[in-house]
Amino acid sequence: MIRDITLGQYYPGDSLIHKLDPRVKIIATLLFIIELFIVDNFIGFAICGAVLAAVIIVSKVPLSFIMRGLKPILFILFFTFALNIFMVKGEVIWSWGILHITKEGVRIAVFMAIRLVLLIIGSSMLTLATKPLSLTDGIERLLSPLARFGFPSHEIAMMMTIALRFIPTLLEETDKIMKAQQARGADFETGGLMKRAKALIPVLVPLFVSAFRIAQDLAMAMEARCYRGGDGRTRMHEMKLKKRDFIAFALEAIFLAIVIIEARMF
Amino acid sequence: MEKIITIDNLIFEYAHSEEHSRQLALNDVNLDIYAGSFTAIIGKNGSGKSTLAKNLNGLLIPTSGVVYVDGYDTADDDTIWEIRQRAGMVFQNPDNQLVSSIVEDDVAFGPENLGVEPAEIRRRVDKALEDVNMGKYKNKAPHLLSGGQKQRIAIAGVVAMKPDIIIFDEPTAMLDPKGRKEIMKIIAELHEEGITVILITHFMEEVIDADRVIIMHDGNVLLDGTPEEVFSKADIIKGANLEVPLMVELGDRLRAQGIPVPKGIIKEEEMVKAICQLKSQN
Ligand SMILES: Nc1ncnc2c1ncn2[C@@H]1O[C@H](COP(=O)(O)OP(=O)(O)O)[C@@H](O)[C@H]1O
Ligand SMILES: [Mg+2]
Repeated sequence: MIRDITLGQYYPGDSLIHKLDPRVKIIATLLFIIELFIVDNFIGFAICGAVLAAVIIVSKVPLSFIMRGLKPILFILFFTFALNIFMVKGEVIWSWGILHITKEGVRIAVFMAIRLVLLIIGSSMLTLATKPLSLTDGIERLLSPLARFGFPSHEIAMMMTIALRFIPTLLEETDKIMKAQQARGADFETGGLMKRAKALIPVLVPLFVSAFRIAQDLAMAMEARCYRGGDGRTRMHEMKLKKRDFIAFALEAIFLAIVIIEARMF
Repeated sequence: MEKIITIDNLIFEYAHSEEHSRQLALNDVNLDIYAGSFTAIIGKNGSGKSTLAKNLNGLLIPTSGVVYVDGYDTADDDTIWEIRQRAGMVFQNPDNQLVSSIVEDDVAFGPENLGVEPAEIRRRVDKALEDVNMGKYKNKAPHLLSGGQKQRIAIAGVVAMKPDIIIFDEPTAMLDPKGRKEIMKIIAELHEEGITVILITHFMEEVIDADRVIIMHDGNVLLDGTPEEVFSKADIIKGANLEVPLMVELGDRLRAQGIPVPKGIIKEEEMVKAICQLKSQN
């Protein structure tokens, strides 16, 4: 069960969106988030929604798969909505005891909710349609100009790569330890929060021990394979921007311009 | 034959920072390893095999004495990467030596560290994966593979660095019999292709294919020679609390019963032949 866990919720495919250079996708996602905060009327949100819908259709990632990512944030969504609708001052349109709903409140609450939903879906498209490893590669290359100023861009990318590699291993290890403890009578399922938290301590200790052993072994294996940091290192997958990447970039620029002009006009 | 590794008066101590005591792991080891040879090293747990292996590519530096690999001194910082490229190493735990969550990217890790051109890395990775029969799995995630398959990926990762020597530190210890056989077959093939193999193991069947056997005991070389020579000294081996290969044990017992099978038989087929000959003589 634990072996086929999906990481970074990647949805395998070979659509145009999947094939785009990860750097283009990362920048486009960042721009999309900025655009969502520039926009403040329905037409603007409609444009953003339409662009996102187009990306989803081209990527061929099923809608049900995308919606699954929304579930964990439903609570936050609801909470910000309630907060905005009741807290914003202005022209009161409904009140009940100390609770007032204002016209401005409704507007802000609805916009914020739309913004959050588009933001979550938009950024999850990045991780859904990009292999985790290409994502780390993309981040490394985008940050590499900062390396000149001592920013550890290679190290950060290597850390993410190793984390991706070992999360399943550690999950398996956790599973094994918990089963071993359960076989000896440990109980992780009943009792209050404190009792359950306490029951986890005997799991965490051996887990840390094995994490440190893995780290030690891996460091030695990496050294044996001539790893000495990012300097002088080449990569098998060269990242070269292709025609489609430039087109995607141009489209993104047009989209940004439209959003800015639209926000100015209304 | 040409020497590829020279070990002179190698002493290695682990420093225990907490208790200021020192652990003498290797006590005056002298060995020459010849290019293209297949050397098996056996010994009890704690006899210093892994420590010796790590001294062969500069993962550990001798406390005293010298180790030369292809003429380079392992204690010389300037040439340490030359040494590690030439003397690759495969470790015991297949899980803890793979770096990437995609098989082919893991195999590419070594050549990338060496600064090899991308197109050449691609070629080497494909070739190395073919060599270990894992070409089909190049886009898989290592955690979905069996132990034997992971170990084959680890070997491919070393092969892609084009080493002259590969040191295997108990590569089959954590594998099932099927995985063990696969790995031994690949090691034999690599040896045939001209790679100098140093195989540390505690499975006696794996020693038999080697052209030289070294038995380690308490940080020292106890015996050193061809398998026939070494296993003809069964009493010394047993004195070091080690077992001898099944055929050696059988030969000893047959001779003790007055059946004159020749000494130095370690392979099953040879034993069968010897017994058949005895039978036809009678
Ligand atoms: N990292 C270490 N720190 C201190 N002592 C060690 C360390 N690794 C091994 N030793 C000690 O060195 C000796 C040789 O160990 P090792 O080379 O691992 O033997 P082998 O591989 O034959 O089992 C053992 O007594 C062991 O306890
Ligand atoms: Mg060992």
